[in-house]
Amino acid sequence: MRGIRKEFPGVVANDEVSFEVRRGEVHALLGENGAGKSTLMNILYGLYRPDGGEIRLNGKPVSFSSAREAINAGIGMVHQHFMLIPVMTVAENVVLGTEPVREGVLLDERAAARRVADMAKTFNFAVDPEALVEDISVGQQQRVEIMKALYRNADVLILDEPTAVLTPQEASDLFDILQTLRQEGMSIIFISHKLNEVLEIADRITVLRRGKTIETVSRHGATEASLARAMVGRDVLLRVDKPQAATGDVLLTVQDLHVRDDRGIEKVRGVSLDVRAGEIVGIAGVDGNGQSELIDALTGLQKIESGAVTIAGRELSHASARAALDAGIGHIPEDRQRRGLVLEFSIAENIALHDYAKPPTARSGWLFPGRMVQRAKTLIKEFDVRGGGPLTRAGGLSGGNQQKLVVAREIDRDPKVLIAAQPTRGLDVGAIEYLHRRLVAERDEGRAILLISLELEEILSLSDRILVLFEGEIVGEHTGEVSEETIGLEMLGGGEKAVA
Amino acid sequence: MSDPGPSPTPEEAAETGTLAASIALKQRAGGIIVPVVTVVFAFVMSFIIVAATQHSVHTALVVFKEIFLGSGLNWLAHPTTNTFTSISAYNLSQTLLQTTPLILTGLAVAFAFRCGMFNIGGNGQYLVGLIVANWLGVDFAGLNPFLHILLCMSAGTLAAAAYAGIAGVLKATVGAHEVISTIMLNWIAYWTASWLFGAGGALQNSTSPTNPVSNQVSPGARLPDFWGKQGFQGLHVGIFVSLAAVVVFWILLNRTTLGYEVRAVGFNPDAAAYGGINVKKNFIRAMAISGAFAGLAGTLDMLGGAQNYQVGQLDIPFIQVGFIGIAVALLGRNTAVGTLLGALLFGGLLYGSFHGLGSSSVIDPTLASNLTYIIQGLVVLFVGADVLILYVWNSRKKARRRPRGKPAERVEATT
Repeated sequence: MRGIRKEFPGVVANDEVSFEVRRGEVHALLGENGAGKSTLMNILYGLYRPDGGEIRLNGKPVSFSSAREAINAGIGMVHQHFMLIPVMTVAENVVLGTEPVREGVLLDERAAARRVADMAKTFNFAVDPEALVEDISVGQQQRVEIMKALYRNADVLILDEPTAVLTPQEASDLFDILQTLRQEGMSIIFISHKLNEVLEIADRITVLRRGKTIETVSRHGATEASLARAMVGRDVLLRVDKPQAATGDVLLTVQDLHVRDDRGIEKVRGVSLDVRAGEIVGIAGVDGNGQSELIDALTGLQKIESGAVTIAGRELSHASARAALDAGIGHIPEDRQRRGLVLEFSIAENIALHDYAKPPTARSGWLFPGRMVQRAKTLIKEFDVRGGGPLTRAGGLSGGNQQKLVVAREIDRDPKVLIAAQPTRGLDVGAIEYLHRRLVAERDEGRAILLISLELEEILSLSDRILVLFEGEIVGEHTGEVSEETIGLEMLGGGEKAVA
Repeated sequence: MSDPGPSPTPEEAAETGTLAASIALKQRAGGIIVPVVTVVFAFVMSFIIVAATQHSVHTALVVFKEIFLGSGLNWLAHPTTNTFTSISAYNLSQTLLQTTPLILTGLAVAFAFRCGMFNIGGNGQYLVGLIVANWLGVDFAGLNPFLHILLCMSAGTLAAAAYAGIAGVLKATVGAHEVISTIMLNWIAYWTASWLFGAGGALQNSTSPTNPVSNQVSPGARLPDFWGKQGFQGLHVGIFVSLAAVVVFWILLNRTTLGYEVRAVGFNPDAAAYGGINVKKNFIRAMAISGAFAGLAGTLDMLGGAQNYQVGQLDIPFIQVGFIGIAVALLGRNTAVGTLLGALLFGGLLYGSFHGLGSSSVIDPTLASNLTYIIQGLVVLFVGADVLILYVWNSRKKARRRPRGKPAERVEATT
């Protein structure tokens, strides 16, 4: 791909980007969110048409106007969100769209299953072709996506942030598969913003920043620090420097909590924990093991089945979201766009989301937008929210600045207990660095912080104490040094039950 | 509400959200231009239809001229040279008479929209207001006129609010969709009116028991005309109530915590709940307020215009006022001023085509009123299709911009 240019209204997503992949190499595309990685790959995959530049495949110029043309030319893509049909078998999903037929119209299921089984064996995929997709793990589903591409004779495989949904063990299995594919002569494009895994798997690394190619380097000689500098454009502190925690009173207590989700399934099964002032307690776990329900129960957004929640001595077991907020809970939600912000509201209106009805923002039901704007001005400055003023629509901000806005609002309310759920999800290196430092600073202010994250590395580097959540139960507790492997094993239910 | 924000990135353009959120997004992107283009498209299309069916462009031109003259809007060009005796002044007063309830039913739809709900029950709520105003306007004869009017208006408004509130309660408690429940409530109101005012009904006319009509509202409860001629229906003071409601609507939404809650729930109920807002309470409350606007329209029409209720005898525009309110609100982008202008357009269109075409010989009178519905339908269609208009608009802009190679700028909405 040479000199690729793509504009969206108001944004140049790709500006003269050049990029090449050799046969039999894993080439990583590294960059912050919004650097233009996905746009570039969507152009290659025929989903977007470039405004300039050319694409050559095996030396010949090509131009794709649809994904189908790209697939026919031997390009396969595994998206971050899988495009599988849950109620169909692995084999059926793999052959979907190019089913082997017999007598002209009938689906030859046996041939399909046989070919998929052959393929699984050749590449050591360890997936049962007859299994239903809804019954297999996320890691296996990802392999089904890869098989789909292989089945269509792809020579170039694009993986968009493939490890985002995987546990450490699953990620290492994926890397084994990628090695095998590389030996078979496939070219793999690996999109990521995680430095460590890029260094582990890639042969060469191309760094994008703000739609421009910064450099293409070989893995040898590259370090996390050098890549981070190229990505962000300045030196980045990758490790969190945090002093020893000075803990105080217990501010959050949870006793034998049971919570059911909307479908009536018990997702939190007897969780007990407490968090003291001045400590960060991290909850590790694979997605879907009860994290969301636990958070919602603590913040009054979901009814609890049984058990007790106490915040700073106040019993809040069956309280409303309002009561939880008033009792001193701050909540950085998992999904800032769905829940943390009203994207159509201005920054000022979003800052008032919890306290819109309290003085000085309002008095006896009467709103004072001027005071709302004043408060927003102060916080924008204090928390360095960039991309607009108090009247800017929150949806117009970048992900990092949206998150800063949420954090500004939650911290400014001076909460006793701060629940930070996936605080750095989807953020770039610079914003992650800022948020981590801020969380440690708030801990040192004497807040009790409960950190729930799917990023094990984040949990390990920030937490003073780590709890492991598996199928709605706490299956491990660690203080001090603990290896990623130990926790990874517990996250999958493999650890010994050692509740302290 | 304008904001000098940076352009959203493509990822953010794909935001998922509620009805209100997507409407607001479009509003921001298209501003005032899109509603105007919508109306122009609708007129052009109906012009083509008339020209094609009448096999004459000239006839089509005359038709639209007659509609314009029929609406009386030409009076505005010469307000001093014409007295009320002139036909244009009379027409304008009738147009504004039609506009009066449309403003309110438009506000009703708009308010529910801002809370993320589609109130299709404006007609039923309007009827409830109408019924209560007639009942109390007939009884209590001899009461102080001011108090009597106030009583009729507030009771009718509250009754309609409670009536619409039923749909809100059903949504909040069992999740019944408001579109279904408000449509059903429309029919309940309609047949209740038929039963009350029909032969032998509780509110049926006491002097002619065979006619399915109500009694006349007592003279003391009537809203006085302030612009009109003795013996003719003139423009009554209800229009000031409607105009005041526009101001109330704006203040309620933008200057009270109630309005903040309504807008937050409308844009993103999940975020609203997270913020500590009781979403269910807001569904009920917003629906009731929405119903109050529609009910107020009913009371104004009863006290100022109709004076009585005739089963099956109401003018078609009259009985459809709740539905036209949907078109008014959509065209007005659910804003206060937009709704006011939308109501004026539809008021002019309704009376102009009814009177201008009905009384002239350019076109078959039975076709004339249908033309109003065609234009109305086209406006609703184009309002619904404004995504398409935006798309055409944006690609035209892009095509114009590219040769100069200037960085993209965002069109700012000012509403």
